[in-house]
Amino acid sequence: MHDLIQQLIIGLSIGATYALIALGYTMVYGVLRLINFAHGEVYMMGAVVGFHVTNLIARWRLPLWVSLPFVFVTAMVACAALGFLIEFLAYRPLRNRPRLVVLITAIGVSLLLQNLAQMWFIFGPTPQAFPPLIPQYSKTFGTPPNTITISNLDVLSFGLSVGLMAALAWVVLRTRTGLALRAVSYRFDTSSLMGINTNRTISFTFMLGSALAAVAGVVDAIRYDVKPLMGLMPGLKAFVAAVLGGIGSIPGALVGGMLMGLVETLVKGYLSSAYADAVAFVVLIVILLVKPSGLFGRYVPEKL
Amino acid sequence: MRWMTRTAWAALLVAGLMSCKDKGASRPSNEILIGEFASMTGQTATFGQSSHEGLMLAIDQVNAAGGVLGKPIRVITEDNRSDANEAVTAVQKLISRDHVVAIIGEVASKRSLAGGGVCQQYKIPMLSPSSTNPAVTQVGDYIFRICFTDDFQGGVCARFAVKKGWKKVVIFRDVANDYSKGLTAGFRAGYENAGSVVAEESFREGDNDFKAQLTKIKSAGPDAVFLPAYYADVVKIVKQARELELNVPFFGGDGWDSPTTLAAGAVMDGCFFANHYSPDDPRPAVQSFIKAYQAKYRKTPDAMAILGYDAGRVMADAIKLAGKAEPKAIRDALAQTKDFPGASGTITIDERRNARKPAFVLALKGGKTSIADTINPE
Repeated sequence: MHDLIQQLIIGLSIGATYALIALGYTMVYGVLRLINFAHGEVYMMGAVVGFHVTNLIARWRLPLWVSLPFVFVTAMVACAALGFLIEFLAYRPLRNRPRLVVLITAIGVSLLLQNLAQMWFIFGPTPQAFPPLIPQYSKTFGTPPNTITISNLDVLSFGLSVGLMAALAWVVLRTRTGLALRAVSYRFDTSSLMGINTNRTISFTFMLGSALAAVAGVVDAIRYDVKPLMGLMPGLKAFVAAVLGGIGSIPGALVGGMLMGLVETLVKGYLSSAYADAVAFVVLIVILLVKPSGLFGRYVPEKL
Repeated sequence: MRWMTRTAWAALLVAGLMSCKDKGASRPSNEILIGEFASMTGQTATFGQSSHEGLMLAIDQVNAAGGVLGKPIRVITEDNRSDANEAVTAVQKLISRDHVVAIIGEVASKRSLAGGGVCQQYKIPMLSPSSTNPAVTQVGDYIFRICFTDDFQGGVCARFAVKKGWKKVVIFRDVANDYSKGLTAGFRAGYENAGSVVAEESFREGDNDFKAQLTKIKSAGPDAVFLPAYYADVVKIVKQARELELNVPFFGGDGWDSPTTLAAGAVMDGCFFANHYSPDDPRPAVQSFIKAYQAKYRKTPDAMAILGYDAGRVMADAIKLAGKAEPKAIRDALAQTKDFPGASGTITIDERRNARKPAFVLALKGGKTSIADTINPE
């Protein structure tokens, strides 16, 4: 039993990261009907920025309550800017082109960022450990061998995800910009007729999603390490999570992310660890066959 | 006006393509060109860096003594970024653009297998300094190695496990890795009768989170965990195991050998790994190599370095024996390597193009290794 609880904790901790990244996918799809394949690389860039910033401020020996938010905020701002740039340079010029063209462009941006990160002046091709920022400690409950261990990073990851999603929910539901976002997701052309600056709203959506991905990137960088290709698998799995939850639905991204984390961990723990990555894609196929609109999505038939 | 933008883009594209320079199309005949493909960067960067440093030390020594056949040896190094596909591209470039007469590489069995296919196809002899998967030299008669194979190394690990009294062992192996597969098979063969493998779990090289599998391993209650993997994953796995209060010894093979493992410090205490060499080996050949290496690079060499060094010397010796810098002759000379006094041991290349060398089992404590066992080939 304790084993199951431990696996659930691991799963939720991983799932929290997937949820944060999935939010970016789902919001961008909502407003633009575009699957932003470059989003995984934004997550990676968040980790890279966090890495460099932490190295830079190391000599100032700031207290943790200053350095930690500083690193996160810097990464969020940098990735928001990156997200804005990607949208402005790569997707906006293709706004009226067929969706396939933009999709291929997104893949191109993804490859570009992956290879840029491997250049010496950005990060380099060799994985590096994150410089010391948070002391990592774990708390163990129960008597050996029936122990359950929770690490402070698990708590941080989960807490940040839930907190940021609550903040996102507030922005989307209670602010005018959020209203504009929902309007553009609902009907693009009509919302511009209603006086909404669609370009600005779309930029805002990209920046928001990218900032969340940056948080996930920094958390994973601290937990594991920083590698230029670290965005590949989490990006794909978060995409599946977004589809699972219903692409375009924000609560769907949260639930989808948590579910993906749990499924991956339970498969690793109880079935076979060899299939853990494969199961993510099996989930994608199954959900598209059984309920393509996802758990929270609505099936909107196209009226021709 | 649109043509101006388009012309600007076209010019930029052409400039970009032209800036990719071609490094080695010329063929000076007053040098012997040897190719090296190594993982200088990427997931297993220390493997390539160490073996490269060892190789260059050997080549510098050879060239300082007048070179081979009256000519200096020049090594052209290609970085494969720890990727098997890049390894294939690197070897193809070395053969077709740089026209090397022989190739040294690689450390990782997966990349040796990839590069070996190309070398065999083009009939360029390839000498692997430290790939241990038996399949590497089975690619063809142009592929050689100067280290032991995983049949032997797996047996060494199994013997050590039995000696330590570990009756229940879990194997935690890397599915994406040929080295891990071969070493697991070698270990199982040696351990089957003496103890029981209570569970076998797997992960993928480059994975970040192993806690799910480690939780499962913990509940199997083993005496030790066999971890035939590369150092980057090893350090992460042991660290996460300790976080989960899984405190049994972990042990593995030569893939553990890296400055990164030592730098991990106390978290690796109580773990063991089989290896080709130990810096505590008192033999004069080893100690003089360590001194020369420290003089040049200011750090203690690891197994990949000493094997890279021996590979360079064996290659130089083979070229001398061949009498000419020509791939087929070098290949035949390599096949005849007998009792070569290598720093890592006496190297004789047998009919299967492998070498029979002794192995050490090293214990880790406080970021340092010590010899726990020495096993000679039968």
